[in-house]
Amino acid sequence: MADDTTIKLANEDRHSSDPAEPGPVTVLRREPLAPNIQLLTVRAPVVASKIQPGQFVILRADEFGERIPLTVADWDTVEGSVSCVFMQVGTSTYKLGKLKAGDILPTFVGPLGKRLELDRWGTVLVAGGCYGIGSIYPVVRALKEKGNRVISLIEGRSKFLLYWLDRLEAVSDQVLISAKDRSIGKSRDGPDAVKDLLDSGERVDRVIAIGCTFMMYQMAEATRPFSVKTIVSLNPIMIDGTGMCGACRVSVAGETKFACVDGPDFDGHQVDWGLLLARRKAYLGPETDSGER
Amino acid sequence: MSKKAKQIIPKKTPMPEQAPAERIKNYDEVPRGYTVEQAMAEAKRCLECGRPLCVDGCPVNINIPAFLKLVSEGDFRGAINLIKETNALPAVSGRVCPQEEQCEGKCVLSKRYESVAIGRLERFVADWEAAQGPPPIPELPPPTGKKVAVVGSGPAGVTVAADLIRKGHHVTIFEALHEAGGVLVYGIPEFRLPKAVVRREVEYVCRLGVKLIKDFVVGAAETVDELLEEYDAVFLGTGAGLPWFLNVPGENLNGVYSANEYLTRANLMKAYRFPEYDTPIVRGKRVVTIGGGNVAMDSARTALRLGADESIIVYRRSREEMPARAEEIHHAEQEGIRFELLTTPVAFHGDSNGWLKEIECIRNELGEPDASGRRRPVPIENSNFRIPVDVVVLAIGQSPNPLIAKTTPDLKTGKDGVVIVDNETMKTSKRGVFAGGDVATGGATVILAMGQGKKAANAIDEYLRTGAW
Repeated sequence: MADDTTIKLANEDRHSSDPAEPGPVTVLRREPLAPNIQLLTVRAPVVASKIQPGQFVILRADEFGERIPLTVADWDTVEGSVSCVFMQVGTSTYKLGKLKAGDILPTFVGPLGKRLELDRWGTVLVAGGCYGIGSIYPVVRALKEKGNRVISLIEGRSKFLLYWLDRLEAVSDQVLISAKDRSIGKSRDGPDAVKDLLDSGERVDRVIAIGCTFMMYQMAEATRPFSVKTIVSLNPIMIDGTGMCGACRVSVAGETKFACVDGPDFDGHQVDWGLLLARRKAYLGPETDSGER
Repeated sequence: MSKKAKQIIPKKTPMPEQAPAERIKNYDEVPRGYTVEQAMAEAKRCLECGRPLCVDGCPVNINIPAFLKLVSEGDFRGAINLIKETNALPAVSGRVCPQEEQCEGKCVLSKRYESVAIGRLERFVADWEAAQGPPPIPELPPPTGKKVAVVGSGPAGVTVAADLIRKGHHVTIFEALHEAGGVLVYGIPEFRLPKAVVRREVEYVCRLGVKLIKDFVVGAAETVDELLEEYDAVFLGTGAGLPWFLNVPGENLNGVYSANEYLTRANLMKAYRFPEYDTPIVRGKRVVTIGGGNVAMDSARTALRLGADESIIVYRRSREEMPARAEEIHHAEQEGIRFELLTTPVAFHGDSNGWLKEIECIRNELGEPDASGRRRPVPIENSNFRIPVDVVVLAIGQSPNPLIAKTTPDLKTGKDGVVIVDNETMKTSKRGVFAGGDVATGGATVILAMGQGKKAANAIDEYLRTGAW
């Protein structure tokens, strides 16, 4: 038998011609966008070259971490990078907020989920709240490229929670802003802004909403009387993200769907919001417990 | 072979194991494994019969009498080498094979006495080898220049990869999750199959030169057609990862889990070590598991270890029809799991916050045999009753994940999305693509997946050498 080192080398040689090797996913930067809202950019060339608007990734902050699904906010095929906006709410996202440039993520997998349906519909209103302000950016950009008139709508509790106004202005025909405390904009919140717009007789052919569950629910309720098709990006709890566990089951038009593979985008007028809101809360207790350890 | 009649020892050498009251408080493996003396004594029970039926009973046809003989002589290295000629994962199959239906079921001793404990001895020699340090790497043939993509790192995929690298081909395994091993890491619990055992086996194939790419979802990041642009052949060993639900009211309440989710949280994500690990799991005081297979036993026993006071199995047929391994049912009973047989859930009832509170069941009686040959459960009218419950785990079966079939239009699938293959070559309807394991059977055993992996590896090798489909 030949010696172990020679064989090892020979075995390694076999891989010289392998295709796009994903390699370790390293953190390039982490930037705060608003209080509790941060932008994480990692080097993941394979994901960057494949990902499309509406799709998401799953990552873990460390070896003990949960698998967290995050919608992408941007990607750069030249830099080979993918960016996600996240809100710090529990143990896992708190850990994400501690990452620094050069850190290696033990898990980063994507693209997951279906691509968002994109077409030339006419006027499309794209609404984003909290992390969703980041997530709508590539959607708005793609819709604009398709030749739509795009109205972006960003909402938050107050002006200081909003971000990326300039980036959205660069790719939108119009940007509407709303803050619950009226520190900026005219409307009380996003759903109200949409109602006002539709009431004014403005023709909107489609609405797309990304943000916290309650905001998407309200957005769907706001457009329902006007029968404007409203697509929402559902964010239930997930584990594998490939349709293996069923944690993310949602009910749409009376049928159980797995948000990770059948979605994440669904018709907001058909979603059972009560079920989704209840399932989102399943681990609120334990999540807080693990954060306090 | 010795001609003189051997003395019959009627019973198996008992397996040292953790006492039930103790083990339900930890996640450690239940059977501790034979000592050298116990293993040699047990191996000597083999009658060395003229026509050893045990070999026919083994899906990978291990030369069982020869390996038993070596064990009885204390030649454990010889024994493990012999097993490894036909079985790449003996430490795994020794633990999880349904031996009573396979080798041990065919053992001549089993007609009147207890069979030779073949599974325990297989495990013994595999563990003995591991204790000697990392096994030597065999010299590999010169590279053929052919490249194979193996999709999925479960028992089928690892077997294919181990065989093909030893034939000089370049092999890359793509795994969707962050740890390799497939069902061996996300499904089967630590107390039945320690993850260190799986890791050891995966590390070995990587040391042979197999490349492992984790966090890569074929069907999402790349399609099978895209893989075929880079690789000369593709093997699909993606398992049966799509959980089934009952489609009864209340199934989406909080507290109702698929077994896949429950076990993945507990095993892969290590929720049993929460909060050291971040992934939570609902720790119910009363847990009901629906189903009668190994996955149901694993779930019910996991519930105990997560602190349940009561863990109940609800199964629609009777004990006779339960598909679980005998040892699993035995261990479950020892641990105090209650069996509600001839019972089917018809609804789940919850509170106003969407949390599960009760499970409503109906009693059955056995009717005529169905397509599976087992007697069909027939509901008894007005026999409905309710069980108050915190957690329900549905372990009623699963089918292949449709992700790859959906993105590969010319890949033929049958009932429940099972990939259609030629049973001898494991060829699919698509040129250059082979499949084996649960994705081709719809859900069977680890050893059957490895057996199909063997067949596929031979057929892939032939295809790569001849180009003939």
